[in-house]
Amino acid sequence: MCRIGAIKSKVPFYPSKALYLMLPQQEGHDNSGFAMVMQDLYGEFSEYKDKPLLSLACTQKGAKLVEDYMENNSFVQVHEWIPKVNRKPGLDIKAMPYYIFRNYDYPDYLANASQEAKEELLLSTRLAIRELLEKNDQGYAFSFWPDVLTLKEIGDPRDIATYFGLWDDSGELLAKNIVVQCRQNTNYDIVRYAAHPFFIQGYTLCANGENTFYTKNKEFQKSLNKGYIGFESDSQNFLYTLHYVLHELKWPIKYYKHVITPLPFEEVEDRPDRKELTAIRQSLGHLEINGPNTIIAMLPDNSMMTCCDSKKLRPVVVGGDHETIAIASEVCGLNVILPDRDKSKDIYPNEREVVVIDEELEVQRWKQ
Amino acid sequence: METMRTQEVTANDLPWKIEHNTLRCTMCGSCVAACTFNAIEAKMERRSVTISTGHQPEPMQQHKAIPVIMQKNSLAHHCVGCGMCEKICPNKAIKPVRNPDSRLNMLARSGGAPIKRGGRNNLIQERTFDKIIVGRISQMTDPSLDAERHSFDLLAPFGRVLPAHKLPFKQENGELRLTEKTPPVNWIYPLIFSDMSIGALSTRAWEAVAMAVGYLNEKHNLPVRMSSGEGGMPVNLMKSDYLKYMIIQIASGHFGWNRIVRAIPQMKVDPAGIIIKIGQGAKPGDGGLLPAAKVAEHVQAIRGVPKADLMSPPNHQGLYSIEESVQKMFMSMNAAFKFRVPVAIKCAASATSVSVYNNLLRDPYLICGGFFIDGVQGGTGAANEVSLDHTGHPIISKTRECYLAAVKQGLQGQIPLWAGGGVGLTGNAAADAFKMICLGANGVFLGKLLIQLCGCIGNEQGRCNACNTGHCPTGICTQDPRLVKRLDIDKAAQNIVDYTLAFDMEMKKLMAPVGNSTLPVGRSDALVTTDHAIADKLGIQYAC
Repeated sequence: MCRIGAIKSKVPFYPSKALYLMLPQQEGHDNSGFAMVMQDLYGEFSEYKDKPLLSLACTQKGAKLVEDYMENNSFVQVHEWIPKVNRKPGLDIKAMPYYIFRNYDYPDYLANASQEAKEELLLSTRLAIRELLEKNDQGYAFSFWPDVLTLKEIGDPRDIATYFGLWDDSGELLAKNIVVQCRQNTNYDIVRYAAHPFFIQGYTLCANGENTFYTKNKEFQKSLNKGYIGFESDSQNFLYTLHYVLHELKWPIKYYKHVITPLPFEEVEDRPDRKELTAIRQSLGHLEINGPNTIIAMLPDNSMMTCCDSKKLRPVVVGGDHETIAIASEVCGLNVILPDRDKSKDIYPNEREVVVIDEELEVQRWKQ
Repeated sequence: METMRTQEVTANDLPWKIEHNTLRCTMCGSCVAACTFNAIEAKMERRSVTISTGHQPEPMQQHKAIPVIMQKNSLAHHCVGCGMCEKICPNKAIKPVRNPDSRLNMLARSGGAPIKRGGRNNLIQERTFDKIIVGRISQMTDPSLDAERHSFDLLAPFGRVLPAHKLPFKQENGELRLTEKTPPVNWIYPLIFSDMSIGALSTRAWEAVAMAVGYLNEKHNLPVRMSSGEGGMPVNLMKSDYLKYMIIQIASGHFGWNRIVRAIPQMKVDPAGIIIKIGQGAKPGDGGLLPAAKVAEHVQAIRGVPKADLMSPPNHQGLYSIEESVQKMFMSMNAAFKFRVPVAIKCAASATSVSVYNNLLRDPYLICGGFFIDGVQGGTGAANEVSLDHTGHPIISKTRECYLAAVKQGLQGQIPLWAGGGVGLTGNAAADAFKMICLGANGVFLGKLLIQLCGCIGNEQGRCNACNTGHCPTGICTQDPRLVKRLDIDKAAQNIVDYTLAFDMEMKKLMAPVGNSTLPVGRSDALVTTDHAIADKLGIQYAC
């Protein structure tokens, strides 16, 4: 089982906090990778919040391919950060030669374009770069979005952190939100794309569990949006559905839970909104999930959300104080980074519950 | 040497031979009375026997005339192997035995008429279902569910489902509200009792099935629906609350629709749906046939016809294209019930099924509420044997192809797929249904199994299959009041109820190991097969 976690804070914090949240949760031979998405960035990127940030892991040739592509497509690089890595021997990491984080300016022709047009271009560009790198086997493009940074690597999370200097708290990498996970895909092929969190157009999600409706989700999602690709992990299904419900259909967030884990027919019958819920279930039956799962998601407005499968077969806990709130698979992680919080206020969401933490750290919880 | 007439029919030319043991027989006559096919008779036989009656052995040879039960050497009255004689005999003195050297097929077309019979396809003995295994079991990666303790949602849609972006929603205070009417969709049990008409069945047998449906709904909360078949319905049923459990069928003969249309103003509740039957798997492209022998007085009344052979044309008179059928047939059926009742179509599976499904999926009126495809192993009350055995299409790959055609266009789930024709052929309907659902069907329909639960002894090895004759020995497919009395309809209904309850539990016993609490429609990854060709064709894993 993957352990997943997220931290949301009013003050920027270092990725090491995410590691402290995750490492105590390790069970047996669990920790086999490290992946995080940071949003609302400070430090190195604080001046470039509105400039799309490309997160790459690639070879030298890959870097050149991307550079050429961006140039040919009128993106203007405005900032670049290349982490200084520690190549000390003995580290358990399958490192790529280069990790590149670059901010770009939108092409001139988009200067007066709508938000939608910009979002569409960022997605197309990431997909094109991914395809370019994949075709030549030269690397990975994880995200391309303003104020969002993604890092994914295979190996022991402690060593990965050493390699990237994440223990140093050097002031370069800081954010108010981090979604994190410390495992590579151990059950299926080990590829960097398979590690959660997954990202599309401002939506980030990680999930722990097994989505037994993977095939039917995938077959349906493939036709919904060109960005719904990869499917290296069944957890991508959750992200694509989240994106589809919120971004494409523009439905309120509460309907996400109704799509992935519809209420039993008997319960729906007694509700005033039964017509709507039944229509949703009918139309999006192929996006329903099954199997044991917990989801942690981060939305474009920086709010975070968690919910579980309909039988609550995977755990999750939410806890924090007035400054920081964390979500994690197991409470031991929270105890390390937030030892002084009021534990009696910890939330253990049930199978029908959704918890959302907004920008002011106000926690909303409701039953579907 | 005696002159022989070699072309004369003897028992050895017929598909079943009667074995009669004179030593056990008491000549009670029960077997002769029970044989509805008039295939046996009491006769005298001249025997040469050696007897001894004294205290000491004093063997004497005598020529005696002994009464025996004999098979008729007649094509018109050949034994069908139903075994009623064996069933009724108190002394186990008589039974039919299959004759592998039967010449019936060469002899039975006298008069230039094709052979007719009921039952299923008797040529295809291989079952694809049985080469498919539910092979993706939740072990370690995720927990299996508990069929006994967990809750499961076993329902399937019947009705046109809109794509999410076409739902007429508007947002009010963070809530979605439907602002317009959407096509009617009923969520029903994924097992429909299918399409056996009053006429093909005796009214009592039809009633038994209807009683079982009522009981399953009212007492067990299983929303099983029953299709009327093309033969109308009792007016009292149409005026009752129980109409909501019925799907009314209209086929090319429109039998019974005069009364149905007249009853519409008096209906208190809507029926569960309408099925427009274009064709059926057992006799695709050949119309239904109700021989005059079965058109009893009450059948004439319900159908509004005289006593005559009732032949449904092979085609609806008003149909010459899909688009036109959508516009006329679907519209008029929808309009008849004011667009409150879903209207589905039933076709025989065919090499063209995907084209039909594609076309319906693209219909801009969004009006087709279900695509029912019926495979070659579907059953029938009467058909030409050449149709039964030599026309049709296997259902499994066709269902899969239709589903994948919808997947390719992102339209899966919009017109629910219902598959039938051989489901439950070996008695294991839940396993068949589960596999069909994993391959993309929303649900299944079955009929033949129901009458087998009522007592039908017909099978795919040529036993009985005499539904067309009006002489059904079990009282199911006949209108002869004396034969109908053989059927205990309470027991028949109970058998159907018991079987369906077991079906429900067996479905859960299959859903639980794969970790699903709702129907795994299209979850082909749950299946593996031991046959390479099946794996390739269906796109499921090969395993050995």
